[in-house]
Amino acid sequence: MVNRILVGAHYGLKDWIVQRATAVYMAVYTLVFAACALALPEFSFESWSALFGNGVFKFLTFLFFLALFYHAWIGVRDLWMDYVKPVGVRLTLHVVTIFLLVGYAGWAAQILWRL
Amino acid sequence: MSEVTVRKQRPKHLAIHEIRLPLPGFVSILHRISGVGLFLLLPFLLYLFDLSLSQDGFATFSEVVAHPLAKLILLGLLWAYLHHFCAGIRFLLLDLHKGIDLQPARNSARLVLIVSLALTAVIGVALW
Repeated sequence: MVNRILVGAHYGLKDWIVQRATAVYMAVYTLVFAACALALPEFSFESWSALFGNGVFKFLTFLFFLALFYHAWIGVRDLWMDYVKPVGVRLTLHVVTIFLLVGYAGWAAQILWRL
Repeated sequence: MSEVTVRKQRPKHLAIHEIRLPLPGFVSILHRISGVGLFLLLPFLLYLFDLSLSQDGFATFSEVVAHPLAKLILLGLLWAYLHHFCAGIRFLLLDLHKGIDLQPARNSARLVLIVSLALTAVIGVALW
């Protein structure tokens, strides 16, 4: 008989690193965004959409959204693991969370690439 | 050997109303709560972002964010973002073993609470 205990090295290490890597990227992006927003001559549709229409900024913003959604997935999954014990309910919540976040990523891409 | 450890009954005391969290614990639970708030309101934020970047939607965007209730929600989200940001930087530093002694950890926890509230006030006033 095999009595396996599911603890040990590397269990969740990848997610731990991704959570931190995405956090660092989002922190840097937040500062870049704040600087760019402060540099806008005025808050109008023209200047606001020109900011996000810029190729480099659009690329960085899309990366921010992907980092945000991946980061949110790890955080929310941890919540379900901490507070929801019935396996079926937890699995359903995991799937719903993934569907939502993937949908949001599509939405973010659509917003940015029509500019 | 490890099986014995896993099966051992550990004492539990989860009387939440009796537990007085130390400041770092308070920052930690607020990190979680602010994260949940931001996650739940992602569709609202994406909706606003969508409106703000569409020729026809920009006027609607301006109307929505001018509404007192929307302002209140956005102010709450601004705090949530800033708290999550500041507490996150603190956790990253703790991961690097910076400030892990008791007193520095308490000081940095207090700093996180103060800085995020102060930034919320400054940015909140600047935007409205």
